[in-house]
Amino acid sequence: MWRFVFTRLGLVVPTFFGMTLLAFFLIRLVPGDPIETLAGERGIDAVRHAQLLHAYGLDQPLLTQYGIYIAKVLRGDLGKSIITQAPVMQEFLALFPATVELALCAMLFALLLGIPAGVLAAVKRNSVYDHGLMGAALTGYSMPIFWWGLLLILLFSVQLGWTPVSGRIAVAYFIEPSTGFLLIDSALSDEKGAFLSALGHLVLPTIVLGTNPLAVVARMTRSAMLEVLGEDYVRTARAKGLPPWRVVAIHALRNAMVPVVTVIGLQVGVLFTGAILTETIFSWPGVGKWLIEAIARRDYPVLQGGMLLLGLIVMAVNVLVDLTYGLINPRIRS
Amino acid sequence: MPAAAPMHPFARLLELADLQVDFPSDQGVLHAVDGLSLQLHAGEVLGIVGESGSGKSVAMMALMGLLSFPAQMRATRMQFAGQDLLHASAAQRRAITGKDMAMIFQDPMSSLNPSFTVAYQLSETLRLHLGMDARAARNHAATLLAQVGIADAASRLDAYPHQLSGGMCQRVMIAMAIACQPQLLIADEPTTALDVTVQAQILELLAQLQRTHGMAMVLISHDMGVVSQVAQRVAVMYAGQVVEVQEAGALFDAPRHPYTQALLQAMPQRSQGAKRLATIPGMVPGVADRPSGCLFAPRCAHAQTACNTPAPIHRDGGSQVRCHFPLHPLGAIA
Amino acid sequence: MATSTPSSFASFWTAFRRNRGALLGLWTVLAIVCIAAMAPWLAPYGPTLTDNQVFLTPPAWQSGGSAAHWLGTDAIGRDILSRLMHGARLSLTIGVAVVAISVVLGCALGLAAGYLRGVFDMVVMRCMDVILTLPSLLLAIVIVAILGPGLVNAMLAVAIVVLPHYVRITRAAVLAEAQRDFVTAARLSGAGHLRLMLVEILPNCAAPLIVQASLGLSTAILDAAALGFLGLGAQPPLPEWGTMLADAREFVLRAWWVVTFPGLAILVTVLAFNLLGDGLRDALDPKLKR
Repeated sequence: MWRFVFTRLGLVVPTFFGMTLLAFFLIRLVPGDPIETLAGERGIDAVRHAQLLHAYGLDQPLLTQYGIYIAKVLRGDLGKSIITQAPVMQEFLALFPATVELALCAMLFALLLGIPAGVLAAVKRNSVYDHGLMGAALTGYSMPIFWWGLLLILLFSVQLGWTPVSGRIAVAYFIEPSTGFLLIDSALSDEKGAFLSALGHLVLPTIVLGTNPLAVVARMTRSAMLEVLGEDYVRTARAKGLPPWRVVAIHALRNAMVPVVTVIGLQVGVLFTGAILTETIFSWPGVGKWLIEAIARRDYPVLQGGMLLLGLIVMAVNVLVDLTYGLINPRIRS
Repeated sequence: MPAAAPMHPFARLLELADLQVDFPSDQGVLHAVDGLSLQLHAGEVLGIVGESGSGKSVAMMALMGLLSFPAQMRATRMQFAGQDLLHASAAQRRAITGKDMAMIFQDPMSSLNPSFTVAYQLSETLRLHLGMDARAARNHAATLLAQVGIADAASRLDAYPHQLSGGMCQRVMIAMAIACQPQLLIADEPTTALDVTVQAQILELLAQLQRTHGMAMVLISHDMGVVSQVAQRVAVMYAGQVVEVQEAGALFDAPRHPYTQALLQAMPQRSQGAKRLATIPGMVPGVADRPSGCLFAPRCAHAQTACNTPAPIHRDGGSQVRCHFPLHPLGAIA
Repeated sequence: MATSTPSSFASFWTAFRRNRGALLGLWTVLAIVCIAAMAPWLAPYGPTLTDNQVFLTPPAWQSGGSAAHWLGTDAIGRDILSRLMHGARLSLTIGVAVVAISVVLGCALGLAAGYLRGVFDMVVMRCMDVILTLPSLLLAIVIVAILGPGLVNAMLAVAIVVLPHYVRITRAAVLAEAQRDFVTAARLSGAGHLRLMLVEILPNCAAPLIVQASLGLSTAILDAAALGFLGLGAQPPLPEWGTMLADAREFVLRAWWVVTFPGLAILVTVLAFNLLGDGLRDALDPKLKR
């Protein structure tokens, strides 16, 4: 078991270096002078140019520069935003909880609806439920997120007026951020109606971001269940006279969940991708929106740092998923 | 050695009349079981032999209610211990399955759920059918494991199936089957997937348990040698039909159906030093080439023109033979 | 052995035909291809023709709409139906181009990596790991941010993002097949490495590549549309469906047709390719398990 853990952790190292390399070269790949790129200024005079060259360490050999960069990354220093002059890491940490809150809710949404849907489709194979659910899943999988968001806003916010159009909470409220998760913070605060407002603002973005994972989870659950339901041990469970719900929910589902769990973990990368679009549509103040704005403003340190951080987080989640898989699978555990 | 004589010769435990199991497919309807009729007395051991595709497993799965889509089942009568199974509700059937009527299968390692311990899977039956609580079930599980010859039973309780050998898994399966003292135990090729040395042990265990508990047993096998050791009566199946039923000794000495005779001659033990092993020419009929008359006629050494019509069934007490021209007429041999 | 015989195609077609969803996907894709091919003649107007007299006209069946513009017009008076038709050309071109680039590049890398093994293999696979780990849109955005917004750069970015899938499939096929006897036999008879790779090994991963390519088309169209929506892909006045939605946010209140139809076009097209890809995979599956 420990050998498995160490092998898996060992794979992290080359991926980490690969990502930092990519981030490192990013600035240098932008057409034009890297000094101008980093400083965000144009037409720098020669004296200032030499100063900045030394300040950014660009007069050192490439390998040394990379070494310095890695050292900085490990310390958490990812440079400063050109626009706001605030440290990239600080801005990221301030905005990340919003994205995490949205992503967690979306994942929860996907699991709560997707797993039962997949189980139902598998148990009632080839029935109207099966075809209907899988058709809906495929549609959800093919849906352009940005359009889906606009459509839902059109329907629920504009036509019906049920949900707000943008933001995390009504402007009237000001909640002191303690955990960064507005649902928790607003519930803990004294402000009346704050929690409901936060919840209401979460509904549409959660549905939009969660649609794609929902489809994937439903399809994956269905195919895993179909495979498991044909196994010998399910036949044994039936031969023992167990009621059908027990055969499906305990004997079958337990084993079907194994491939589904790995899929869930791999959805994190997809969730971040979707978050970029969702946050743009709903003006959700998370890292996705932050990155999009950085592109328009040519804020390269933000792009570089944001990309690296998100990539490293996805990598960490992948490792966790693999290790959890090892825990669930008794063969590896023992 | 055949088991002891049944306790109540006139107590009919099982009555199957005219069982039909069809599998519709693109190429036509497959008659997996075609008009099977069997009776079984309390405490009796019946062996069912036949090639793959003869319908022996399907028939018993139909009896247990384990058939799944797309199987279609019909029967004139299906009675077990006086209860009509054909018109029983699903819940009523489940009350019997695993309790009064139990089945063990061919591949023991895949027939146990890999994600649960032996204790869990054993206790499940006990808690469901006998209403035991968790601790009582666990203790009884240890007793059962000892009964099936697993040394050091208490330490095996928390083992997972992949940690046990094939023989031990089959013992666990047997323990699960006899847990509620069933009146009938169906063993579907219980030794086929096991090593030769273990085969004899499992057969001996089954025979011994049958004697101790006085339960009826149906032993399915394609291997006549296996059946000859345990069964009192033997039924021979071909292409979904029962072609002969006789007392074991009489069957082996003087078979009545040409197919039985051919099977016996094909046994390697019976080759008696001849240069070539005897085989049966031809193949079992599939969906497309099912004869309209006697099913064995195309391969029968004694076939005549009359064999192009369906063969009649001659009965005498517990024996039957389905043939136009039985090798020994029924009633002529004691 | 390595090439497929006519009878195996026939059995594949029978299996495929039975899948109603796959057939629906096939017909829809063919319809879209026809529309795209005939767009210059089918479309009632040019895609960039503006007419300030009729800006923001509702679709024909609503009050205020007219039969002159079936699906209405956008903020500067361009006919939406015509733009959608020409957009089909764009989307299909994007999809095919992206898949073509990534298949060729991916196969080359995968074949080389699987064949040569060693350091080259390790470096390639680690690079693919990095690409796979990074959220796809994020990587595409960063690539476009470096190269500058535009249709060609967007296509390149998407092609790079989906590259690892093809590399993995090809490499896995090479690793599996390289052990097989017929490869050893061919090598003994003097076949060169290149010939071995192209003739003997590549056809054996044809099935998973075809399935991946079909599903990859839908991903490419979606990702390119996302980039267009963010202003990083096809630039206006190109009638790319995603770009058409970029400015649509402000019209959610007063012109729902500007928002709905381009997205519907994306959904239908992507759905059709996904149905097709799923159907291909189900029909080819028995072949995969040879």
